[in-house]
Amino acid sequence: MQFFGGSEISPSPPVPTASGNNAHMMYIFNRNGVCLLYREWNRPLRTLDSNQDHKLMFGLLFSLKSLTAKMDPSSTEKGNLGVPQLPGQGCSFHSFRTNTYKLSFMESPSGIKIILVTHPKASDLRESLKYIYNLYVEYVVKNPLYTPGTPIRSVENLIDFNFHYTIGPEASYSTQLLTNMCEVSDDLAQVSLLQHLVYNG
Amino acid sequence: MAAIYSLYIINKSGGLIFYKDYGLQGRMDTNDSLRLASLWHSMHAISQQLSPIPGCAGIELLEADTFDLHCFQSLTGTKFFVVSEPGTQNMENLLKHIYELYTDYVLKNPFYEMEMPIRCELFDINLAQAIQKDRVSYLGR
Repeated sequence: MQFFGGSEISPSPPVPTASGNNAHMMYIFNRNGVCLLYREWNRPLRTLDSNQDHKLMFGLLFSLKSLTAKMDPSSTEKGNLGVPQLPGQGCSFHSFRTNTYKLSFMESPSGIKIILVTHPKASDLRESLKYIYNLYVEYVVKNPLYTPGTPIRSVENLIDFNFHYTIGPEASYSTQLLTNMCEVSDDLAQVSLLQHLVYNG
Repeated sequence: MAAIYSLYIINKSGGLIFYKDYGLQGRMDTNDSLRLASLWHSMHAISQQLSPIPGCAGIELLEADTFDLHCFQSLTGTKFFVVSEPGTQNMENLLKHIYELYTDYVLKNPFYEMEMPIRCELFDINLAQAIQKDRVSYLGR
């Protein structure tokens, strides 16, 4: 899996499907379990408060990775169950599907975990996850005002809007989106940059 | 060569009642298979909690780099899951067929105690036949 493919964002963002509203939620965690970003677009059922929900999600992924590393039929030498694995060590899963949702997962070598919860019929979203990771690198990591390990605030960072445009529910050129951006930030420079992003993709 | 690497059956409390390894690698330790089964039972339950839509029945398919895990849960809470090669088709039908064999040769066996490990000869024989048939049709494609 190639993460460092060049200095530009991956040139072709994934083609949005005809009907929007495919994504329910998105999470980004760092390697310590801190939820850096949580976005929801369509979540009719919420069983826990958000803190518990983040912890449960992180715990589920951690345990599933441990399970897949142990269950891997191809590796002969496996550590014991529950031994903490380095990112990239051992077999890792990339998605699971239930009857109501599909969860796609990607972990970068630095331990940044990106999770997308979508409709169960969604196709393989690994390219989209790689694209989101590139956005994260470009707009969050390279932001001098961002402290690593803290949640990403959408006013400081453009990842939210860029993602919203590409594969979130509003996956089309949308002036509504621009209006929303203006409400959040009065900074003209930011708005013009966002305009550039929306129309030039 | 085999499309299926292993088969697990867990009872409604999460305990492993049947485990069969068809892979070419050595058999997994009994303790490890017990732990994995319980872990899977818990993960299945947690995934239902995290659903954004009401009415989630748990994980049906887990896709990893080197294997796929297909899971079928009966209405009584017994879970059947197979670890197979990535991209293997038709596992749902196989799992339903194994469920039928379970109801016929395990549940109807008067000496079988519920929720206990399965030690039914007829079940083993018919299961081997079903897996063999599936393997033949897989290779035939």
